[in-house]
Amino acid sequence: MDDLLGEFLTETNEGLQVLDTELVKLEQDPSPGLLDNIFRVMHTIKGTCGFLGLPRLEAVAHSGETVLGKIRDGDLVVTATRVSLILECLDRIREILSALEENEAEPEGDDSALIAKLDAVSEMADYPDAPVPDDAVAPDPQATDAAPAADAEPEPAAEPVDELEEIFRNAPGPEDLPDSAKPKDAGAPAPAADAGKAAASEPAAPELESAPAPNAGAKADPPAESKPADAKAADAKAGDGKAAGKPAEREAPRESQVASQSIRVSVDLLENLMTTVSELVLNRNQLLQILRSQQESEFSAPLQRLNHVVSELQEGVMKTRMQPIGNAWSKLPRIVRDLSQELDKKIELKMKGEETELDRQVLELIKDPLTHMVRNSADHGIETTADRAKSGKSEIGTIALNAYHEGGHIIIEIGDDGRGLNVEKIKQKALKNQITTEAEVNQLTEQQVQQFIFKAGFSTADAVTAVSGRGVGMDVVRTNIEKIGGTIELSSKEGLGSKFTVKIPLTLAIVSALIVECAGERFAIPQLAVLELVRAKGGSENQIERIKETPVLRLRDRLLPLVNLRELLKLQGHGNNAGTDEAGEGDTDGFIVVAQVGTYSFGIIVDRVFDTEEIVVKPVARILRDIPLFSGNTILGDGRVVMILDPNGIASASGELTLVEGEDTLEDARKQRGDTEEEVSMLVFNAAGKSPKAVPLALVARLEEIPVDTIEDSNGQRVVQYRGQLMPLITMPGGEIADSGNQPVLVFTDRDRSMGLVVDEIVDIVEERMNIELHGDRPGYLGSAVIAGKATDIIDAGYYLTQAFSDWFEAEGVRDAGEGDGKRVLLVDDSPFFRNLLAPLLDIAGYDVTTAESADAALELCNSGHEFDVIVSDIEMPGMNGYEFAAALREQGKWADTPLVALSSHATPSDLERGRRAGFRDYVAKFDRETLLDSLNQTLAHGEEPLRGAA
Amino acid sequence: MANKTNAKARTKGKDTAKADGKADGQNGKAARPSGDATDYVTFVIAGQLFGIPVLKVQDVLAACEVTRIPLAPPEIAGALNLRGRIVTALDVRLRLGLPQANGAAERMSIVVEQSGELYSLMVDEVGEVLSLDPKGFQRNPPTLDARFREYSNGIFRLKERLLVVLDVDGLLDYEGTSKAA
Repeated sequence: MDDLLGEFLTETNEGLQVLDTELVKLEQDPSPGLLDNIFRVMHTIKGTCGFLGLPRLEAVAHSGETVLGKIRDGDLVVTATRVSLILECLDRIREILSALEENEAEPEGDDSALIAKLDAVSEMADYPDAPVPDDAVAPDPQATDAAPAADAEPEPAAEPVDELEEIFRNAPGPEDLPDSAKPKDAGAPAPAADAGKAAASEPAAPELESAPAPNAGAKADPPAESKPADAKAADAKAGDGKAAGKPAEREAPRESQVASQSIRVSVDLLENLMTTVSELVLNRNQLLQILRSQQESEFSAPLQRLNHVVSELQEGVMKTRMQPIGNAWSKLPRIVRDLSQELDKKIELKMKGEETELDRQVLELIKDPLTHMVRNSADHGIETTADRAKSGKSEIGTIALNAYHEGGHIIIEIGDDGRGLNVEKIKQKALKNQITTEAEVNQLTEQQVQQFIFKAGFSTADAVTAVSGRGVGMDVVRTNIEKIGGTIELSSKEGLGSKFTVKIPLTLAIVSALIVECAGERFAIPQLAVLELVRAKGGSENQIERIKETPVLRLRDRLLPLVNLRELLKLQGHGNNAGTDEAGEGDTDGFIVVAQVGTYSFGIIVDRVFDTEEIVVKPVARILRDIPLFSGNTILGDGRVVMILDPNGIASASGELTLVEGEDTLEDARKQRGDTEEEVSMLVFNAAGKSPKAVPLALVARLEEIPVDTIEDSNGQRVVQYRGQLMPLITMPGGEIADSGNQPVLVFTDRDRSMGLVVDEIVDIVEERMNIELHGDRPGYLGSAVIAGKATDIIDAGYYLTQAFSDWFEAEGVRDAGEGDGKRVLLVDDSPFFRNLLAPLLDIAGYDVTTAESADAALELCNSGHEFDVIVSDIEMPGMNGYEFAAALREQGKWADTPLVALSSHATPSDLERGRRAGFRDYVAKFDRETLLDSLNQTLAHGEEPLRGAA
Repeated sequence: MANKTNAKARTKGKDTAKADGKADGQNGKAARPSGDATDYVTFVIAGQLFGIPVLKVQDVLAACEVTRIPLAPPEIAGALNLRGRIVTALDVRLRLGLPQANGAAERMSIVVEQSGELYSLMVDEVGEVLSLDPKGFQRNPPTLDARFREYSNGIFRLKERLLVVLDVDGLLDYEGTSKAA
């Protein structure tokens, strides 16, 4: 039987039981509390019927509910008649239910009479003038009238008939009936009779007139149960007074069948049981461990038995938590149907393996991702009917769901035979969203490109539809699935369709975890987050390297950020391992657990790695909840408590924002960071060593490929004739000029002088928010930043510029000094990168540069009596921003006359206007070095008189 | 296990390390049927006698292996396994702002349940269960040390010494104190 139906039957039978008793109670004591309860139960039955698509039941329950509602609202008074009418209604419901249980479908039948009767009662409330006794007084004419009316037209007949029924119920005859039959049957004859009449069955009508006869009910019953063709009807007709009893008798055992086969147990109880069993399992493991260490023990046989029993018990209890995956799918046919209408496509949903069971908890968690994927398939995957015909496919698109068990996991496949993923489109989108770079994307396999759809903000739908295309799609699905320790894979053939394969664990209660040790303490890391283990050893290929105390590991062409668990957890001293005791910069050894959170992978340095163990995750005590690094704790086989590390928490604690947090948080974080970081175009290239290098694109004048044979030596320096001048070529330390062919060169131009920086290869131009993470002290480097997902060294262009011009710098310097004239410039910028970048440039241009990292620091300089000819200030700064800074300066007086130049990456007209109003003389886009120098010149030159007046 | 408390020693109480506190309490009642008296498990921290209503106590443990919890507040000594349940150990000394105990001394713990979670309160020594007459109870003197005042429900005047009734709920209420602190 359908699960849902079974559940409904159990529940409704329970509800009816309650109603029976409550109604009787109500008759004696019509208290509002009781009424509320009764009304609620009836309402639930009605609601569920509607949900399950049981119109007959729903109609009956609805009318019953209406009457109850009136009674509850005080429009009707509780009378014995009304209570019996409602009981009658309940009996009808019960009757339908039992048929439902047998055939899994609503029996055919007509309840209009009963319903009409109920409605009449509720209408009575609306017309209180119509006195109740009235309809009891005029029984006979109506009864006789009703019969012919019913013959002619069943529909209009319904009302009079039910009036009649009201009387019928009140007449002494039927009241006697319960005495002869079971009380339960009391209601049955009456609806049966009226139903029969309403259906205009001729034998029923005359019998009704002779209502008092006990077998009237019996004979009238059959048509009510079902229309004549039914076998039961025949059976009932054949019999005499017993016939009425028979179905009732049959009902009784049937009713209890469903009820006795399933009981409802609270989830808490199950959870509790699960916990206890988990503990039992742990205890057993412990015992088995002890047993293993003892050669011969009299315990071994009983322990083995215990082992089996416990395993069975565990399995059994796990089963109680299991639910067929079909439950999660139950909504899908409807969704697909609606979608196909909405999108005007023909879609068929095929489901296989609905009975595959998985943990309740997991089921809840995958419901939404599954729904999302199916919607996606219907919306993006399946083509319109016309398109399908064009590509020679059958008109009806198919979405196929398939679920099965495989090695402790559940595999769910969601496939469609639609258009598949358009690789080119994804590439373009990826480039547009700066998820990848032009250079990278061409090297990717089709499969790899397809994976982009799991990135945030990605949707290949051209238009945002009501259904999907908002770009918060597959990344959320992926995140949700990964949250429960699952994986999602995608395979797609363009034109043929796509298939998602979701692999999720059977249960979350027991997870496999890697046990590691750090500083003498053991910790568990969920195995699902662990990609691999690397043994790092000094001198070997895998050694921990440090960039200013930040450990990193070279792992197959990648730089893996490392997190030292010891430092992260602030553990000290307790290390047992001689080799790892001296924690600090020196050590290059250790085990590295490579973990992955979303798309971010990182290494966790630990002292030792034990094996994996199945653990039962328990929540940490409330007072420890605010430590984000632990997702729970557990008891290991040896009885020790260990903390379970949360890779998510470690990732965020180590400073990496992950996609796991979801779109919103990421957006928020961006906004927050946006204050201090601007998007910058960076030129990425390879030179001198493996790691990619980058330089702000704005500083590079041109990219040139110079034939190697044109490179000459002059005065100990490599030069090349370039645009009628000698251009010095500078190699980075460790870099070399190619032996033959063309040599790529970055040309930096400073007015009429040029310098070429020799590089191995120009990789890409990337526009990214830059966050310089590691500030190296190496000359020529500003630090390193993650660009396009890779650790990249940012080179200090100013450094190479001075290298190139060192031999003629002095001579030129005079001229430079003439231009900058040794004017004092105060550069206010919160970003060390820009300070480091701009200061040398201004310096070279002949300015005397002082830097301040914030507006406050600048104001302090002002207060301490410094004087400047011009102030260049960033706009977006934490704390006091540029506008406020300008206002503060203008108010303060002392520097009120010093010209101000704003420096910002936001240079919209409104920004300019705002800047002008705040008191900035000019507004220069960051990295526009020429303009900046021009602006400084002009400001200083014109500044004196006219602008001062303005200020 | 020397019993430093001067309170009237009953024959039981020495084995409290293993015995269930509740059972003990009932015995105590039987021994002293004094109307509305409440039973308290007594313990000593830094020479001061404390008490907790016996019905709050789940277990009394001898010193046992505790797993440290990194990054937890200093008074959280760690977590331990009590018959398959994880118990968070709290060093009452540190919570009360007293200096750390000398490592050598074997310390004992009283296990209490607080909103479904088990906590083990590490104390210097667990004494016996006393049935105390509410007549001897009075509220905290206002001059009491702030930390003590915060975690004390009141004082019992015993014949020879004073017993501080420890406020277990307050002791484990980290949300409230973190705000206050």
